[in-house]
Amino acid sequence: MTGRLLSYVTLTLVLAFLLGPFLIIVAAALSAGETLAFPPQGLSLKWVFKVFEIESFRNSFALSMFLAVFGTLAALILGVPVAYAASRYKLPFRETLRTIVSAPIIVPGIIVGLALLRYLVIPLDVGIGLALFIAHTALILPYAVRVVSASLENLRSDIEEAAVILGSSRAGAFFRVVLPNIRNGILAAFILGFVTSFNQVPVSLFLSGPGVRTLPIDMIWYMEITYDPSVAALAALLAFLSIAIVFLAERFLGFSRYV
Amino acid sequence: MSDLTYLSLKDVTLAYGKSVAVDRLNLDITRGELIALLGPSGCGKTTTMRAITGLMRPAAGRITLDGADITYLPANKRQVGLVFQSYALFPHLNVFENVAFGLRLKKLGGKALDTKVDGGLDLVGLSHLADRKPAELSGGQQQRVALARSLVMDPKVLLLDEPLSNLDARLRLEMRTELQRVQRESGVTMVFVTHDQSEALALADRIVVMKDGYIEQLGTPEDVYDRPSTRFVADFVGFENIFTTENGKLKTADGEVLLSPGTPIDGTVKGLAWRPSKVALGSGPFSGIVKGSSFAGHAREYLLDSALGPIKAEQPVPHDAYDIGDRIAFDLAPDHAARLTRME
Ligand SMILES: Nc1ncnc2c1ncn2[C@@H]1O[C@H](COP(=O)(O)OP(=O)(O)O)[C@@H](O)[C@H]1O
Ligand SMILES: [Mg+2]
Repeated sequence: MTGRLLSYVTLTLVLAFLLGPFLIIVAAALSAGETLAFPPQGLSLKWVFKVFEIESFRNSFALSMFLAVFGTLAALILGVPVAYAASRYKLPFRETLRTIVSAPIIVPGIIVGLALLRYLVIPLDVGIGLALFIAHTALILPYAVRVVSASLENLRSDIEEAAVILGSSRAGAFFRVVLPNIRNGILAAFILGFVTSFNQVPVSLFLSGPGVRTLPIDMIWYMEITYDPSVAALAALLAFLSIAIVFLAERFLGFSRYV
Repeated sequence: MSDLTYLSLKDVTLAYGKSVAVDRLNLDITRGELIALLGPSGCGKTTTMRAITGLMRPAAGRITLDGADITYLPANKRQVGLVFQSYALFPHLNVFENVAFGLRLKKLGGKALDTKVDGGLDLVGLSHLADRKPAELSGGQQQRVALARSLVMDPKVLLLDEPLSNLDARLRLEMRTELQRVQRESGVTMVFVTHDQSEALALADRIVVMKDGYIEQLGTPEDVYDRPSTRFVADFVGFENIFTTENGKLKTADGEVLLSPGTPIDGTVKGLAWRPSKVALGSGPFSGIVKGSSFAGHAREYLLDSALGPIKAEQPVPHDAYDIGDRIAFDLAPDHAARLTRME
């Protein structure tokens, strides 16, 4: 009896811990007051509409979108061949390859960001935008390789040989029978990469310049200057967007199988 | 190579890196033949198949098919079909599209494609399942799809790697008959792999018995079953009493033993072998003590301890069974022995 009570208490605490911040943010976003506060002072949607009028949010949202979409695409273009080669050939340096590819998630993001700033942006005069693109691609690559590898693992390699015997070229076999069968894995990798990139803070922290900031960094900036509930409104909007994406992915892809 | 040779392997050596899997294999196959590659696991059957399809390049030797040297022809140009042991169906395509895959690559479309695919599915009795995905089929049905997918390409040779080994006993018998029928109706030259001697004996026109990457014996089912020519083949097809010979005499642990008169044994014979059923019990120059006895339905099997060594014998039932410990006379008649030319 006490055991059961204890587990209910624990469960409640865990849920409160996980959902609490989210609920507080949503409540704060709906405030009618002028400063970021909880409990909210009155209810209104005005801060939610305000978000769309703030120009720096619009710009940083566009940058974050761009990075998330094209960074993930680039990571997939690099990652799918890596995952394929690692699963199909007994590469002598297979483990090394795995380690190298995983490095960006093992090394703390703050160090990656600093390193890129110190050794790429400053000495080589690489633009912040390009540096961000490189950083995000590198950061998503491990996820892309891992998720695509998982779906390749379940795919027998003899279907490629079957395709070749039936008249296809090797490359043709990849496009005709491998890609269609790992399509869901690639979509899952895309979603995971997109969300990872979009929410990325530490790496992007160092890679910002005048007018070039990703959305999360811009939100931090904004809060330091203007302490109004629009940041909470934006955060709540983004949270709902993420939830919607993951929900749809789970519904149509069985997303949790891949991550 | 005779005029009738259709597919020929000449001194074909196949290696994985430095380890040789198949050593100087020679094999000539006539058009329309049904050949079985028989041998224990790891003897190089699959490797040989892969070389014929072109998935693997020989380290040495030549392969010719229908008058053309195909040794270095890529797999997708060979017109050789292969039914994989695992079937290797395309999971994302339905049965129709699986069968149509190769035809579409040949730029076949429209009515011609439909006719061809339907014909293939008809041949294996699967027309009603054309819309199913491979995951929705039983093992036997998947096997048939794989067969149809290869057959519609009108291959010059159709190879089947252990086509029956993944099926349960009842389906295996059914599929056996099915394969024979398909071969008869299509007339395609077929080579199939098996490690089950009864399958090879029942199906094949000729059997290639392989061991450790080379051919032990090549012959008709009768040859292999009744006249094994090496110790390995004799053992494989159930000759359980095998002796080394020298100058027509059996060599045993205790010295040489003269056999009862019969067909003369020439000098090239290195060994003699008898099936348990060919050991005559009750009379003869030898004797042994019954050490074991077991009932096997059609016969009773005995294990005898004799001066020649242990002897496995078989007596059709009903008969007056011998008891453990009885001393009984027996004979090993040269006329009933298989003559073995290789004993290693
Ligand atoms: N991919 C491979 N790499 C290295 N050795 C292999 C490979 N495939 C098979 N072999 C070896 O080649 C020999 C023949 O194998 P295989 O042709 O598959 O035998 P079977 O089909 O008769 O069971 C075996 O000794 C096996 O270990
Ligand atoms: Mg095999």
